[in-house]
Amino acid sequence: MIYQRGNDVQEKGKVDRLIVIFYLLFVLLGWLNIYAASFNLENATGLFDLSTRAGMQLIWMGSSFMLAFMLLKIDAAFYEAYAFLIYLAGILLLVVTLFVAQEINGSRSWLIVGPVRLQPAEFMKFMIVLALARVFNSYHFRLTERKNLWLVIGIILVPVVLVIAQRETGTALVYLCLILVLYREGLPGGILFVAFAAILYFILGIRFSDRQMGLLSEGEFIAVSSIIIFSAVMVWNYIKRLNMFLILLLSVAAIFLLAAAAPLFSVKTDWGLTAIVALSFTALYLLFHFIRSGTKVYLYIFLFLAGSFAFLESTDYVFRDVLRPHQQMRIRVALNMVRDLSGAGYHVGQSKIAIGSGGLWGKGFLNGTQTKLKYVPEQDTDFIFCTIGEEHGFAGSAVILLLMVIFILRLLRLAERQTMVFGRVYGYGVASIFLFHIIVNIGMVIGAVPVIGIPLPFFSYGGSSLWGFTILLFIFLRIDKSRKRD
Amino acid sequence: MNSNTNPLAKRRYVIAAAAVVIMLAYTVQLFRLQLMSPQYRDYADSNVFLRRTLYPARGAIYDRNGKLLVYNRPTYDVMMVVREMKQFDTLDFCHTLNIDMERFHALNADMRDRRKNPGYSSYTQQLFMSQLDVEEYGLLQEKLYKFPGIYIQSRTERQYNYPDMGLILGYVAEVDQNRMAADPYYTRKDYAGKSGIELSHEKDLRGEKGVEILLRDAHGRVQGRYENGAHDKAPVSGRDLTLGIDVELQAYGERLMHNKVGSIVMIDPKTGEVLCMVSAPTYDPGLLTGKSFGENYRRLENNPFKPLINRAIAGTYPPGSTFKPSQGLIFLQEGIITPETHYSCYGGYPPLGGRPACHGHPSPLAIRYALTTSCNSFFCYGLNGMLSNRGKYPDVSAAFDVWRDHMVDMGFGYPLGVDLPSEKRGFIPNSKFYTGMFKTERWSAHNIISIAIGQGEILATPLQIANLGAMIANRGYFYTPHVVREMKGAALESAYTERRESGISREHFDVTVDGMAGAVTMGTCRGINLAPFVEVCGKTGTSQNPHGDDHSLFMGFAPKNDPRVAIAVLVENGRSGATTAVPVARLMMQKFFRGEIPESDRGLEQIVMHREILPYVYTRNLPPNH
Repeated sequence: MIYQRGNDVQEKGKVDRLIVIFYLLFVLLGWLNIYAASFNLENATGLFDLSTRAGMQLIWMGSSFMLAFMLLKIDAAFYEAYAFLIYLAGILLLVVTLFVAQEINGSRSWLIVGPVRLQPAEFMKFMIVLALARVFNSYHFRLTERKNLWLVIGIILVPVVLVIAQRETGTALVYLCLILVLYREGLPGGILFVAFAAILYFILGIRFSDRQMGLLSEGEFIAVSSIIIFSAVMVWNYIKRLNMFLILLLSVAAIFLLAAAAPLFSVKTDWGLTAIVALSFTALYLLFHFIRSGTKVYLYIFLFLAGSFAFLESTDYVFRDVLRPHQQMRIRVALNMVRDLSGAGYHVGQSKIAIGSGGLWGKGFLNGTQTKLKYVPEQDTDFIFCTIGEEHGFAGSAVILLLMVIFILRLLRLAERQTMVFGRVYGYGVASIFLFHIIVNIGMVIGAVPVIGIPLPFFSYGGSSLWGFTILLFIFLRIDKSRKRD
Repeated sequence: MNSNTNPLAKRRYVIAAAAVVIMLAYTVQLFRLQLMSPQYRDYADSNVFLRRTLYPARGAIYDRNGKLLVYNRPTYDVMMVVREMKQFDTLDFCHTLNIDMERFHALNADMRDRRKNPGYSSYTQQLFMSQLDVEEYGLLQEKLYKFPGIYIQSRTERQYNYPDMGLILGYVAEVDQNRMAADPYYTRKDYAGKSGIELSHEKDLRGEKGVEILLRDAHGRVQGRYENGAHDKAPVSGRDLTLGIDVELQAYGERLMHNKVGSIVMIDPKTGEVLCMVSAPTYDPGLLTGKSFGENYRRLENNPFKPLINRAIAGTYPPGSTFKPSQGLIFLQEGIITPETHYSCYGGYPPLGGRPACHGHPSPLAIRYALTTSCNSFFCYGLNGMLSNRGKYPDVSAAFDVWRDHMVDMGFGYPLGVDLPSEKRGFIPNSKFYTGMFKTERWSAHNIISIAIGQGEILATPLQIANLGAMIANRGYFYTPHVVREMKGAALESAYTERRESGISREHFDVTVDGMAGAVTMGTCRGINLAPFVEVCGKTGTSQNPHGDDHSLFMGFAPKNDPRVAIAVLVENGRSGATTAVPVARLMMQKFFRGEIPESDRGLEQIVMHREILPYVYTRNLPPNH
């Protein structure tokens, strides 16, 4: 089965009303907040004044609604049939953009068509998801086959490379979040875990690098301890022998106890050295069992351990020599390592002030001062959440967060109820992209994630992003509508 | 194809759980930011609110006849916001401000120099040039549209209608660090009174600052009013003051004292209002305003004649014979003498071998004639009689302290409490002082006899001497002298409206007043005899001092019955009272009672005005441009 023709299917399904309501609600709230964020105190303009951002957003909203309506009219099978073609067209557009685009704010991602400025990278999102869905939908497709894996990775990485070349690193990271889809479709969980572990080591290694605990820094000590614990848990999880896990754990505990007792013999405890000894012991223990039993899992765990340690030791190099200074700075700011409200920390500092000054109930619609007086940069695009936090307080922002969680969970539910892999993969793609946008955007505004300039879906001002999200969402709703009944 | 059978379907829970956990963590972070960190609200406020002070108009000052003395004149400062400046015709700008390019660049450099202007920011208004006058302002205002980034800020500056009484009015200047520390009302660059009435009545004159709460954007540009000015506070104008001083009389006094050092004080005895308070030399109050304040202030400060000292309240002198009426009153009150008590005088005080010396007059004589002829011996006898009276006082100390208390009650020895700053107390010693000085309690009147004639350790300010005149004119009481007669919208302090008793009974005054009247008609100060037009009572004084020639003094009041004015004149190194002080007092009396100088006194007026009595020590250090 490649795809089903629309007329073959009994279309009993309806467009999911909850998602549409959420969509309309988000877009409307976004519009009001754009109006509030760009509200000019001295000469107030109306909500519908087309010369303002709010007025322009109204045009984007109207055109998006028409776009949504049209997308719902198109046969669901069309998307599946032309998925690759659409994807290739998108790649072509990205390449063209790269050559044609003028530089705007340091990025070459804008295509100017008459009065309209479009960002093809925004539209690439649904194209990648379509292509992925199409690939997974192939008959007897198994992700674990190497050929398939490379194909999937290629589909994702080609646009990533092109968008990085356009200097839109944030959007490239959005594409990368589709790894969640792969996870749902059978990517070994270990890979996600390794990615998670790598991020953890990186953060620990950098955040707590200034205090020494003997041979290792504080961060390295915690990271090494984590590696030992991860390895031990892996032994338990994959080999399923509790006694081996316990022996390993007890031995490591004994090493640490011995170190703690060192002062009794007038020797100062070197915790870094102790951790290294414990790590080496774990490594030898794993190697010993691999050689004795020949079970490859021991070797894999050993490799994880060794790789982790090697990665940990190289974070410093990566951080200082691979990342550019402004990227290093953003990471330091997000990790709370620098407090520099006038320099690198200005964006996040002012954004936190705006949100923090909102209190429980906020200052009221149009009464926010920080955003209107432009203390917060990009106050109607990437930092739009500040306006919500300032004017509607904890109550308002918590409600928005809650609505967004419900929205995501609803999308996951819709994805799971798809009868075809195509619909499910597409649905997961949609959910992953929205989830990533929400987590990174809000995280950056409240100072939990480094500043990565990506918009808050439906809220941030901008035609390309609203169109892109609308297309992404409504294609899914169209597919969901025509799913085969159980 | 059914996903429900797929074991991977469980992974949706992992993804959903991750989403929920991260969102929960964000909610916690929001909770911390919005509900647990009140400092963010303060940061936000200090980010946004620009509190602009609205300065109240300082109170105006009028003389007793309603003539406007001091008012406010608007001046204009040119402010510049560097970031908002675009290309404009600098030459035209300079031409409008009447400066050349060199000056323009110098002013520009000064403004940007963070050492001179620590608050410099290219986004906010910075002072470029100060104190434009109205015409310059008009010119600039017309062309302002051509100069983006240029603003005009108006301020006010004190303006004086008369070139007189600078020392009484005082001046206004930028507050210093101490003033700001002492009174939180002031902030940097505020103006406040520094001397004279401007200082003593600062709280009445300054009014109350208002505040305007503006919203400011990230670049410091004002974007509007906070809640349409609902939290703004309008400034309250300062109170207008009306002085007891008659500016004509004051100006005339200052002219008479030209090229002399000294003081004239005239008091209305019925109210204690100071009618004029001349201190010579003085200065034009207009010198201490505007652009040349600094330069003029330096010149005045370096002037060897010390024109910044108000000698009427801050100069202390031995009062000499003007002191004698107070002595007579004490002796009468204490019963040491009666109006009929006669003492003899042979050209000096006999018990001390003719010291202090006296001049030729019939002897013996009683209190009235002793005042008329200013007999030294009489008062020496009196003081000796009092301090040696063991029947009445247990010892000399007790007696002396009774004497001293009488002096204090008459307004000597302590600041009178005039509403001007830096009033001196003069000096009236007490018994302890002499016990310390002689290192024994067994001193006697003869050790300190010169205080009986207002010499020795005694020091008094011209105001205290004039106040003695007012007290005698009132026959026993006085009001605390004060220069401010009326405040708009507020009552005078009760200290200036309550009678102060001298403790001398009414019946002792007739003989004293008669003695002083006699001094005018047939005694030492015949020069001020204006009878029959007005009956003046007076007492001259010649005060010996270590700085050269004697100081010339006169103390008196007029008319004898129902007095309207009390006066003290002191001319440093003017020699005998009759020589210099009496003619000055005469002219002041003429001016006061007639409003102008009669033809007959014009010659005297010319002589007095053109007489120069400047001490040698001063002339030696005279600056070349004086």
